Amino acid sequence: MAYLTDRKRAVGMGAAKSGPHHHWNMIVSSVALLILVPLFIFTFGPMLGAPHADVVAYFARPFPAIVAGLTIAVGFMHFKNGAQVAIEDYTDGLTRQVLIIAVTCISYAAAATGLFAIARIAL
Amino acid sequence: MADVNRGNRPLSPHLQIYRPQLTSITSILTRITGNALLLGAILTVWWFLAASYGAEYFATADGVITSFLGDLIMFGSLWALWYHALAGVRHLIWDSGRGFDLGTATKLGWAVVIGSVVLTILTVIVI
Repeated sequence: MAYLTDRKRAVGMGAAKSGPHHHWNMIVSSVALLILVPLFIFTFGPMLGAPHADVVAYFARPFPAIVAGLTIAVGFMHFKNGAQVAIEDYTDGLTRQVLIIAVTCISYAAAATGLFAIARIAL
Repeated sequence: MADVNRGNRPLSPHLQIYRPQLTSITSILTRITGNALLLGAILTVWWFLAASYGAEYFATADGVITSFLGDLIMFGSLWALWYHALAGVRHLIWDSGRGFDLGTATKLGWAVVIGSVVLTILTVIVI
């Protein structure tokens, strides 16, 4: 025991059982989105209201398709984690659990739908 | 450690008792914009899904998203996106342990508000 540092002896003794990985996830995804979101705005934006043939041809190209796919995937995971913190701040008990499950399901469903659509256009 | 006064303790002042300040309002707006972006994001996913189906379904989705209400949502989402991005940068600065003094925090707040409006206008002009 005497050879353990104070920190080593404390690790795992708390009630939380997990560290700051949620916050770190938010940092990583936010930095990724800082790059992706401007790219997405200026590739997706001009296509809004464009003819169907143009839209399909544009998102069949690698760069716009990859940017759109990454933005949707990373964006919805960032939303899932961020909305979860908001839910944890304002609700508790069963309401909290139901809302977190709902947000998680919506986020994955929307991300999967978006990726499927882009794959179908691109391939 | 007998807690004889349980349930009858004075509450600390909550949100509504404070005068709104730039730092608090910009912080609350970060959360509001982040959650509100779900609407525009779902519309965007639907637009992609419709485009992958064919011209007919695409015309429906594109019609909704470029209608007056759709334009309003997408324009609002554009501002929300820039606002949330700049506010996120502010949080990254704070996370690194910098910018906590009142003067810097206020300057960053104004930078987020003004920057988001300028970027939104610039984006609309460019696109």
